[in-house]
Amino acid sequence: MSTPTTTRHPKLQEHFYNMDQQLEASTLGMWVFLVTEVMFFGGLFMAYIVYRHMYPHAWVEASHELNWQLGGLNTMVLIVSSLTMALAVRAAMLSEKKQQVFYLLTTMALGTVFLVVKFFEYKAKFEHHLVPGPHFNPALEQGMQIFFSLYFMMTGIHAAHMVIGLGIMTYIVINAAKGTYNAEYYGPVEVAGLYWHFVDIVWIFLFPLLYLLGRHGA
Amino acid sequence: MCVSVFLALLVFTAITVWVAGLDLGPLNTPVALGIAVTKGTLVVLFFMGVRWNTPLTKTVAISGFVWLLILFGITMGDYLTRGWLGVPGR
Amino acid sequence: MSNEASVHEQSYLGAPHGLASWLLTKDHKRIAILYLISITIFFAVGGTFAAMIRAELVTPQGDLLSSDLYNKVFTLHGVIMIFFFLIPSIPATLGNFLLPIMIGAKDLAFPRINLLSWYIYVIGATVTLAAVFNGGVDTGWTFYTPYSSMSSNTSVTTAALGVFITGFSSILTGFNFIVTLHRMRAPGMTWFRLPLFVWAQYATSLVMILGTPVVAITVLLVAAERALHLGIFDPKIGGDPVLFQHLFWFYSHPAVYIMILPAMGVVSELVAAMSRKQIFGYSFVAFSSLAIAIIGFLVWGHHLFVSSQSIYAGLVFSIITMMVAVPSAVKTFNWTATMYKGAISWESPTFWIFGFMGLFLVGGLTGLFLGAMGLDIHLTDTYFVVAHFHYIMVGGGVMGFLGGLHFWWPKMTGKMYNETAGKIAAMLVFFGFNATFFPQFIVGYMGMPRRYHAYPPEFQFFNVLSSAGAVLLGIGYTMIVIYLIYSLIKGPKAPANPWGATGLEWKIPSPPITHNFSEMPVVTEEAYDYQHAPAPQRGVK
Ligand SMILES: [Cu+2]
Repeated sequence: MSTPTTTRHPKLQEHFYNMDQQLEASTLGMWVFLVTEVMFFGGLFMAYIVYRHMYPHAWVEASHELNWQLGGLNTMVLIVSSLTMALAVRAAMLSEKKQQVFYLLTTMALGTVFLVVKFFEYKAKFEHHLVPGPHFNPALEQGMQIFFSLYFMMTGIHAAHMVIGLGIMTYIVINAAKGTYNAEYYGPVEVAGLYWHFVDIVWIFLFPLLYLLGRHGA
Repeated sequence: MCVSVFLALLVFTAITVWVAGLDLGPLNTPVALGIAVTKGTLVVLFFMGVRWNTPLTKTVAISGFVWLLILFGITMGDYLTRGWLGVPGR
Repeated sequence: MSNEASVHEQSYLGAPHGLASWLLTKDHKRIAILYLISITIFFAVGGTFAAMIRAELVTPQGDLLSSDLYNKVFTLHGVIMIFFFLIPSIPATLGNFLLPIMIGAKDLAFPRINLLSWYIYVIGATVTLAAVFNGGVDTGWTFYTPYSSMSSNTSVTTAALGVFITGFSSILTGFNFIVTLHRMRAPGMTWFRLPLFVWAQYATSLVMILGTPVVAITVLLVAAERALHLGIFDPKIGGDPVLFQHLFWFYSHPAVYIMILPAMGVVSELVAAMSRKQIFGYSFVAFSSLAIAIIGFLVWGHHLFVSSQSIYAGLVFSIITMMVAVPSAVKTFNWTATMYKGAISWESPTFWIFGFMGLFLVGGLTGLFLGAMGLDIHLTDTYFVVAHFHYIMVGGGVMGFLGGLHFWWPKMTGKMYNETAGKIAAMLVFFGFNATFFPQFIVGYMGMPRRYHAYPPEFQFFNVLSSAGAVLLGIGYTMIVIYLIYSLIKGPKAPANPWGATGLEWKIPSPPITHNFSEMPVVTEEAYDYQHAPAPQRGVK
């Protein structure tokens, strides 16, 4: 084993035996990392549960202030981007360079659309005095300010993850355009995909929990 | 495969918006969460490929959510039982 | 290619040379050394704050430090010792160095992320030090709301961000270890052939990745509450400060196991090596590590017995807390059984593990006092608590760390330290530690509260005793630094296996070559096969 008989793939790092081991390590690594992400968002969801239990009425009222159409639009956008991301990974596995680049760019475009929509939502909140702090509308019910604190923390951290995701994708798409990824070496694309899907899943939970409470009876 | 999962996700999104408009009483939240969990599971199983992955990856994928339930369950164990013992004078 | 290969056959310390080659290294052994240097610096800083506390408490009057300054001093002592010394102490140094070697790998799965983790640690430390120089923090290391979020006008935001950032270095270490253990073991290295130190690191890593993110988001929320006026724990707008305590202790109780589990792993190795016997009940010791990690996540409410937590929840927390004692006791019994009729050699690592066992026993048993909900109401926030957790974290964690450092120092540096000095230091630390902290049990039980710079005169005797013990302790720790550094300059060259121990790390030269193994190992034997172990290469009495 000390003298490798087969030639090593140029992308195989020194401390791995073979490409399979390297790929398995990176995939498992991403999954373990996503567990920490789940726990990270988990703290926020914990706060959500406690305060929703304390202030059920204020929660519905506050949710009513959110624009569920925009939230729904963003949900669609993210789901489509997850699809294109999955297709990009598949293109990488099939060594299809053009498709890879196309799907990755589409995913990034959709991610950007999400952030733009988010920006306009935030802007509206500032205009309606719904941002916690000294300018928060004092006429609102006890508990609503906590809802908006959580809303900004949750969606803000989610958006930060999107921005990081776009950064990762930029790196991936540049390398994809150079033809780095193919059936033998597609780990980075897959790992980036896992991260992107996870960010999508967080939104899948945030959407009904934040936007849709106020829909009925209001 | 990818496309049919994608269509299912869109359908579930439509359902969750539609259901939110109905007043199901105490069932509002469980239904909304049930749909969200279904959608999340679809993404995990198909888009993230856990369905075709090793048992280890499956365990890791589940463990995060199990640990969240520990956090949620035990903390709510405090909040939900706080009122059981009357406070004198209140 | 051949030139590069020859570099990898040299000692990891020598090739390549230069500061840049260290600061940009991806070698887990060099990163371990970087961590070792950093945590030693922080141990000295935290120790200086401890010295200030003990100096103030020699007299009942608050004469040396003003109450404000005292608040900052004990806060910084806690923050630095916990987040910047104890949490990374064993995992990031001994763990980083040994884990790949022990499983027969060339490196951790993600060498670059390993280096990143050290840089994140340094950035987090710098931010925290910025808070120190910017007026300090006075909230206690626990950052309890609403004081931290609303009242304190010290640099809480900066310190909280420092802790937030450092949390990621610990997450990355744990994450790297888990993937490495699952994917990088050498052929034949099955799970039940792993050294118990590795099992302990695995359990520790689980706690790191499952707990640390929660405290990270929690301190981030406190920072956001101060900086952005978001209100999550703010009672003024209906928030619940106790929620902060839940989230904080969800991590910070298990964090104790981040400090103690690796030390237990070290002790398991040393007990077998120093009694030259197969460890008694291997699988029990291995699984008790996992049991401690898991049960440790279910008990955090014992920190909230007097915080308006529901007493029904308190009852359950109290019962589960008692249960953690079971796997801890399993370990202690198994170590004792291992030593029974063993050929115990009185080398300096032996002294440290005996110290560990004595102090950990006291710390663990007093933990049961505090876990009992009724008794805890009397003991909450007294020096009894302070003594208890120092017995666990310093008596257990630091003794284990130093024991491991003395055991593996020849492997890490290729040099032998002075054996007599090692024994004297171990004794000084053991007796100094007891003199410092045992009186605190008494004075705490008598009702002396923690975190005040003044106290009633009747407690002075115990406090003087405590401060005197701290002097011994300080001398002991300083001595270690001196003779270990001296060994680097003047120490004799270490043989490959000075203790005659089993394990892959002892089959390679001291210090190891860059790639750890010149020929990738294939494991065919069980762990701790001391019947067939080589004889020690230095004198055994
Ligand atoms: Cu605890």
